[in-house]
Amino acid sequence: MANYYTDNPALKHHLQHPLMEKIVELKERNYTDADKYDYAPLDFADAMDSYDRVLDIVGEICGTKIVDNAESVDHEGPVCEGGRVTYAAGTRDNLDTCRKAGLMGMAMPRRLGGLNFPITPYIMAADIVSRADAGFENLWGLQDCAETIYEFGSEDQKQRFIPRACEGATMSMDLTEPDAGSDLQSVMLKATEQPDGTWRLNGVKRFITNGDSDIHLVLARSEEGTKDGRGLSMFIYDKRDGGVNVRRIENKMGIKGSPTCELVFKNAKAELCGSRRLGLIKYVMALMNGARLGIAAQSVGISERAYREALAYAKDRKQFGKAIIEFPAVYEILAVMKAKLEASRSLLYETSRFVDMYKLYEDISKERALTPEERKEMKHYSRLADACTPMVKGMGSEYCNQNAYDAIQIHGGSGFMKDYACERVYRDARITSIYEGTTQLQVVAAIRHVTTGTYLSLMKEYEAREVKESLQPMRKRLQAMMERYEKAVEAVTSVKDQAYGDFMARRLVEMAGVTIMSWLLLDDANRNDDFVATANVYLNLAESEVARHAEFIDSFKIEELADYKAE
Amino acid sequence: MSLNIIVLAKQVPDTRNVGKDAMKEDGTVNRAALPAIFNPEDLNALEQALRLKEANPGSTITLLTMGLPRAAEMVREAMWRGADGGIVLTDPALGGADTLATSYSLAQAVKKFGNYDIILGGRQAIDGDTAQVGPQIAEKLGIPQVTYAEEILDLKDGFVTVKRRLEHGVETVKSPLPCVVTVNGSAAECRPRNAVRVQRYKYASLPVEQEKMSERVKEVVAKRPELTIKKWSAADVEADPAQIGFAGSPTKVKAIEAVVFTAKESLRLDDNDEQIEALVKDLIANHTIG
Repeated sequence: MANYYTDNPALKHHLQHPLMEKIVELKERNYTDADKYDYAPLDFADAMDSYDRVLDIVGEICGTKIVDNAESVDHEGPVCEGGRVTYAAGTRDNLDTCRKAGLMGMAMPRRLGGLNFPITPYIMAADIVSRADAGFENLWGLQDCAETIYEFGSEDQKQRFIPRACEGATMSMDLTEPDAGSDLQSVMLKATEQPDGTWRLNGVKRFITNGDSDIHLVLARSEEGTKDGRGLSMFIYDKRDGGVNVRRIENKMGIKGSPTCELVFKNAKAELCGSRRLGLIKYVMALMNGARLGIAAQSVGISERAYREALAYAKDRKQFGKAIIEFPAVYEILAVMKAKLEASRSLLYETSRFVDMYKLYEDISKERALTPEERKEMKHYSRLADACTPMVKGMGSEYCNQNAYDAIQIHGGSGFMKDYACERVYRDARITSIYEGTTQLQVVAAIRHVTTGTYLSLMKEYEAREVKESLQPMRKRLQAMMERYEKAVEAVTSVKDQAYGDFMARRLVEMAGVTIMSWLLLDDANRNDDFVATANVYLNLAESEVARHAEFIDSFKIEELADYKAE
Repeated sequence: MSLNIIVLAKQVPDTRNVGKDAMKEDGTVNRAALPAIFNPEDLNALEQALRLKEANPGSTITLLTMGLPRAAEMVREAMWRGADGGIVLTDPALGGADTLATSYSLAQAVKKFGNYDIILGGRQAIDGDTAQVGPQIAEKLGIPQVTYAEEILDLKDGFVTVKRRLEHGVETVKSPLPCVVTVNGSAAECRPRNAVRVQRYKYASLPVEQEKMSERVKEVVAKRPELTIKKWSAADVEADPAQIGFAGSPTKVKAIEAVVFTAKESLRLDDNDEQIEALVKDLIANHTIG
């Protein structure tokens, strides 16, 4: 019986990161819930034990059920009839199991029916679920929407919607429209206030994941006559009120079990969530950051699956009298896959800890005034979370695609056939670098942390940490990479040209990314010998990436930009 | 109507994941090399019990297991999936029991438990594969039995209606309560462990396990009686020493050898007494039985 948590020791390694003690202490408010709830932890060790046990459930469900359902879900897919969506049988089975296991409101507070887990173990569950079936992760992971209601909704809304979500009501976030994709400021869906204070929504949404959900968060234009993001507000639509129909579901390349819907709103009753006009500029930005971290987790889970499929096949497949894993050309691919996987995973959990830290302080600040030190810490982690989220989403999803590609390569001709899971993994991987902001848009979000020095100061934090003697050579190489990065940033920013800066942005973000991930793997290796080889493989890759980009920047002349412009 | 439900379960070596060292040289099972798991069909039985509980609010499910003290793991596992508590029947004197001694011991435990409406258990355990313990318990308690159950369709007015999975189809039977129902592997799989229950009942334990816990946990356990799993000995269930354990087991293992089955000849009988009698005579004649 496979268990996708216990068979993957890297997960426990990340769960046991030193910063967790602080995170759990803040999350549990010094363990005061233990007096009120018989399932609340008594202390840090008890809380960690609970995360471990619950992740064990996630691992078992994923390794025995969700993974087994993945193929039939991919073939069968959801069906849209009479304006309603019916999930594939395997999807219904998966959802039913997750509900019974109580996994639908992991990060919500106990008083609202949740498990009160920090983001980090919740993201770990998302990583595990994605390894089993990336498409199902979308449905399960939309419990993120409850987080938005928790952060911005009124107490009454929290009481009405969050316990339902924790019990398994499905959710969706309805943002995209035919003419508003990456540019959400153009959202047109019209919201009209009624005399009784409720609102009516009219218009069309497109590409809505799980669009026939029970509870929707909807971005709509509440301020008539406005054209930009400041005229948009966030609404909650309850499917029981009616008024929203699914016109069609998309026929997609991958994640086929996750219904992607076109929605028609006809006088749909909805209620305002939070304040008017803050829909896009505040709430969606928060929602998107959470969703991006979710996609990063999905990418890491897919990477893991791709690596496992490739490794198993390479051990099993014999050619020229031996298993193909014996050939350097093959084992190099596998080692690099693993290095990319573990690098993106280390960054994923580093980011989730940053998110945990600042969100916990934010949540506590609603109960009491923070001390100046706490306020400073909150700002520090908020900035780091803001910097690392687009980086891990962007680079993690690219790595996941590269790993899915390589998994097929390892399978050879067999991998091109529908008989092996790697072809589904390949199709599922493809969307990760597109939705919740393409990789190109992640670069746009990340570049200001190159220019303002967030990444560099983070690297310097890592540099200041002690490492064991045996790892000193790696540390020295990393210091040299940092220098090259700094020089490249200096070279690019000294040229005061917008187009040139945008053109080079990806290179600088990638240089920062591979360097940061190398530092993280060094830290992992310092804590756990199992990571030493992988850290070295990744460092070799990262070093050459940094050199490649540095050389490109050094030799590139701004006039050459014209050669790149398509007519 | 609220029910008192007993679920019988056995901790077994995981014979589905057999490695090289699963068997010892002498042909017996190397239990140390195999992880101990909840017998799969007992989980099917637990699921039926949980459905009965859902349909009959206020019902309680008690897991009854005989084995080593570590079988307390079974009770915890059941509680994490929805059972209310459990009893571990454990005593060195109960060791080495065959199905006759086991069913006697468990029947004694059921008698001590007293007021029950229905007893559910798996059809058979994956280590012994006898399917005898459930039916024997019913006999010893003098109550009806329904075997090969696939689904409990209905329970009301003192009767239970059960769908049975037979070789060539299904059969629906009705039995008065109380009765023993043994559940087939084709029944609905058991629901997963629940995240809240796993946290709530993680410290459920036998008194002997509690001795090793930290002071803080001991405090919690002392405050919440549902966290103490009952431990019953042979004396607690007033078992006759001659009928339990090795002494009470007429089955003796003479030798074990690996046999690869090949179906050389097979015989299909109709369900009439004549043919069955003829078969029994043949089997006595060639010393297969008797």
